[in-house]
Amino acid sequence: MMPAEKLTMAAALNRAMRDALRADPAVVVFGEDVGPLGGVFRVTDGLTAEFGDQRCFDTPLAESGILGMAIGMAMNGMRPVVEMQFDAFAYPAFEQLVSHAAKMRNRTRGRLEVPLVIRVPYAGGIGGVEHHCDSSEAYYAHTPGLHVVAPSDPADAYGLLRKAIESADPVVFLEPKKLYFSKAEADLTAPVPPIGKAVIRRPGTDATLIAYGPAVPIALEAAEAAAQEGRSLQVVDLRSIVPFDDETVCAAVRSTGRAVVVAEAAGFASVSSEVVARVTERCFHSLHAPIRRVTGFDIPYPPPKLEHVHLPSVDRILDTVDELQWEYA
Amino acid sequence: MVIVWQAFQNPCMTRDAALLLPSTEPVTLIDPDGHPVPHVGHDLPDPQALVGAYAALISARRFNDQANALVRQGRLAVYPSSHGQEACQVTCVQVLDDGDWLFPTYRDSAAIVARGVDPVQALTLLRGDWHSGYDPHATRVAPQATPLATHLLHAVGVAHAARLRGEPTVVMALCGDGATSEGDFHEALNFAAVFRTPVIFFIQNNEYAISVPLARQTAAPSLAHKGIGYGVPGERVDGNDVAALLTVLGAAVARARAGEGPQLVEAHTYRVQAHTNADDPGRYRSADEVTPWLARDPILRLETHLRGRGLLDDQTSSGYAEQADQLAARMRAGLGEDTPSDYRDLFAHVYAEPTPQLREQQALVADELSREEAR
Ligand SMILES: Cc1ncc(C[n+]2csc(CCOP(=O)(O)OP(=O)(O)O)c2C)c(N)n1
Ligand SMILES: [Mg+2]
Repeated sequence: MMPAEKLTMAAALNRAMRDALRADPAVVVFGEDVGPLGGVFRVTDGLTAEFGDQRCFDTPLAESGILGMAIGMAMNGMRPVVEMQFDAFAYPAFEQLVSHAAKMRNRTRGRLEVPLVIRVPYAGGIGGVEHHCDSSEAYYAHTPGLHVVAPSDPADAYGLLRKAIESADPVVFLEPKKLYFSKAEADLTAPVPPIGKAVIRRPGTDATLIAYGPAVPIALEAAEAAAQEGRSLQVVDLRSIVPFDDETVCAAVRSTGRAVVVAEAAGFASVSSEVVARVTERCFHSLHAPIRRVTGFDIPYPPPKLEHVHLPSVDRILDTVDELQWEYA
Repeated sequence: MVIVWQAFQNPCMTRDAALLLPSTEPVTLIDPDGHPVPHVGHDLPDPQALVGAYAALISARRFNDQANALVRQGRLAVYPSSHGQEACQVTCVQVLDDGDWLFPTYRDSAAIVARGVDPVQALTLLRGDWHSGYDPHATRVAPQATPLATHLLHAVGVAHAARLRGEPTVVMALCGDGATSEGDFHEALNFAAVFRTPVIFFIQNNEYAISVPLARQTAAPSLAHKGIGYGVPGERVDGNDVAALLTVLGAAVARARAGEGPQLVEAHTYRVQAHTNADDPGRYRSADEVTPWLARDPILRLETHLRGRGLLDDQTSSGYAEQADQLAARMRAGLGEDTPSDYRDLFAHVYAEPTPQLREQQALVADELSREEAR
C-alpha cells in the first residue's frame, strides 16, 4: 500500500487519467490543448508522451465536435474522457450533451450506452476575465441522464474521476479551478465513497453547512471560525450533485436542526435551491429555522476586481448562521 | 418598414467555382526585403495610405510592448499580444469608413486602439475592471469576443440590419485560425452568403490556437478555401505585408459596399509571442520555428520599402515614434493606478430595470460594507 503523499488536485486528476489509461485500453483522452501542452491547467500533462497521440490527443477547436465524437466513440466500445477548456466554453457542446449524451440510454431502452466523462474546469475565484469563471452545474443537474460530480480535495478528485471513468453513464466532472493547485495529503490507494454519496467533512452539533466543490473549503473555514466563537458547525460535502444523497444530507440536518447551503453559483433556480427544497420536504419537523443559503448573486460572473463581492465568504456564512433563530433552541 | 425580399436574392450568384477560390499563394506586394512584387490584379496602395499604415504600425507595436510591460507589473490581469500581427491589426481598421463596424476578439486590442478607441478603455476587459470599456455605438466597435467565432454571427446580423435599414455599412469581423473550426464560423459564412450581407471575414492565421498547430484544425489547402462551400469568395494574403493587406481588404470592403456580398480573407502571419502571458510556448514549439518569422516582421519590411522610395526619413519617423510614446504614456498613466470599482455596477446592468431580488442582494452588500466600515 502506498503511503499518503502531498499533492495538488491537478496532479491527482492527472494520476487518475494516467491510471485509467493504463488499466483500460478503451479509455481515451481528448480535447483542446490536452496533448503536448498538457492542458491549460496541466491536468493532462505527460499523457500524450506516455500513451501516444492515439490515446491522448488534441482535436480541432470545436466543443460540439469534441463531445459529439466522444458520444460516437462511446457507442462503439470506448470510454472517452473529454476536456472542455473552461466552464463557459462548454456551451457550444450543450446540444450534444443534453439531446444525445443524456438521452441515448433512454431513447434506446438501454441498448446504447454512452460511458463518457466531460471534464469541466469550473467556477471562479481565480481572477479570470469573463467566460472563464461560470458555475454551470445547474444546467447539467437539471438534465436527466447526466451524473454531475464536483470534488473538493485531491484524494476525492482522484477517486471520483476513476469512478466517473468506470461509470456506465455520462458524467459531468466539475473541477474547481481555484482548488487545482492547493496541496493536501492524499492516499490515492484508499477507496473513496461511490458517486451518489455525500460525506461529513467536519463533525458538529449546532448547525449543518452543506457545500460542494469550490464552496467546501470556505464552509470548513467558516466552521473553524465559528468554533472559535463557541459554535459547533457540521460540514457536509455533497461530492455528487446527481445522484443526490438524500440519506446522508437529511440525517446530518436532522442531527443539528439547522442548515445553511453554501454554493458559488447564482442562487436562483439552482442546485442550492434544490437542496433546500429536498431537505425541507424531508426534515421539516426537525428544523428549528428555515434552511438558508449563501450563494453567488443572480448576476453574470463579475470582472476580476469585483469577484470578492460575489463569492460566498466566511463572514457572509457566519452572518447567515447567526440568523438561524437561535432563540428557539 | 417594407422589406423587399427580392433585394436579398443573389442575382449574380456565381456558378463558376473558380471565381470563389483563393490564389494558390498569399498575395504579397512588398517582399520581406522591402522590394515591390508585381501582382496581376492588385496594385500597390497609394503612398499616403502606406505612410499612414506605417505610423499606425509603430503605435500598434508600442501598444503591445507597453501592454506586455503592464502585465509584468500586475497592472493587467492578462494580455494576448498581437506582436508580429500588427500589419493585420492596423490595416483591417484603415480600410473602414467611420460608419462601418469592427468585430474584434481578445487578440485585437491593438486594432481597437487603431480604430480610435482610448487605449485605457480598450484594456478595461484585460485589466479586470469590467467586461468591456468602450461605447460600441459611439466607436462602432463591438465588445471583444472571447467565446470563439460566436461574434461572427453578430457581425452578420449587424450587416444584415444595415441593409434592411438602408445604411451603407460594411462589417469587418475578425477571428483566428483555430476559431474556423467552430460551428458558428460556418454558420456565419453561410448566412452572410445566403443573405448577401456586407461582411468581411478576416482570419488572422497565426499558425496556432494556443498550443494546437494549424494542421490539427484543417486538412483544407488553406483557410480561404473554406469560402467556396458557402459561395463566399476567399482570398489569401501575406499577413505581414501592409501593402497587400490594404489592397486585398480594401477591395473586399469596396465589393461589399457595392452590394456584392461577403468575402473571406485569410492573412498568413505568425504568433511571435506566447498565447498570453500565462502560456508556456516552450512546451509545444521550438525557438527555431520562431526565428525566421522575426525576419519577416511587418514593420521592418514596410520601413525598408518606404525609405527606399524616399517616403520616410528620420524626421517623420521620429515623429511617429513620438506619437507612439504618447500612446504608451497614456497607457501608463491610465493603467498605472487603481481605479475604484463600484459593487453597485454588478446589479445595475443585468436588466433594464433591476429585479426586486437584485435590489435585495445589492442592499445586503451595502449592509455588509457599512458594518465593515463601522468596525
Ligand atoms: C468556444 C471557445 N472555446 C475555447 C476557448 C479557449 N480559447 C481561447 S483562445 C483559444 C485559441 C484560439 O485560437 P485562434 O482562433 O487561432 O486565435 P488566436 O488566439 O491564435 O488569435 C482557445 C482554445 C474559447 N475562448 N472559446
Ligand atoms: Mg491562431
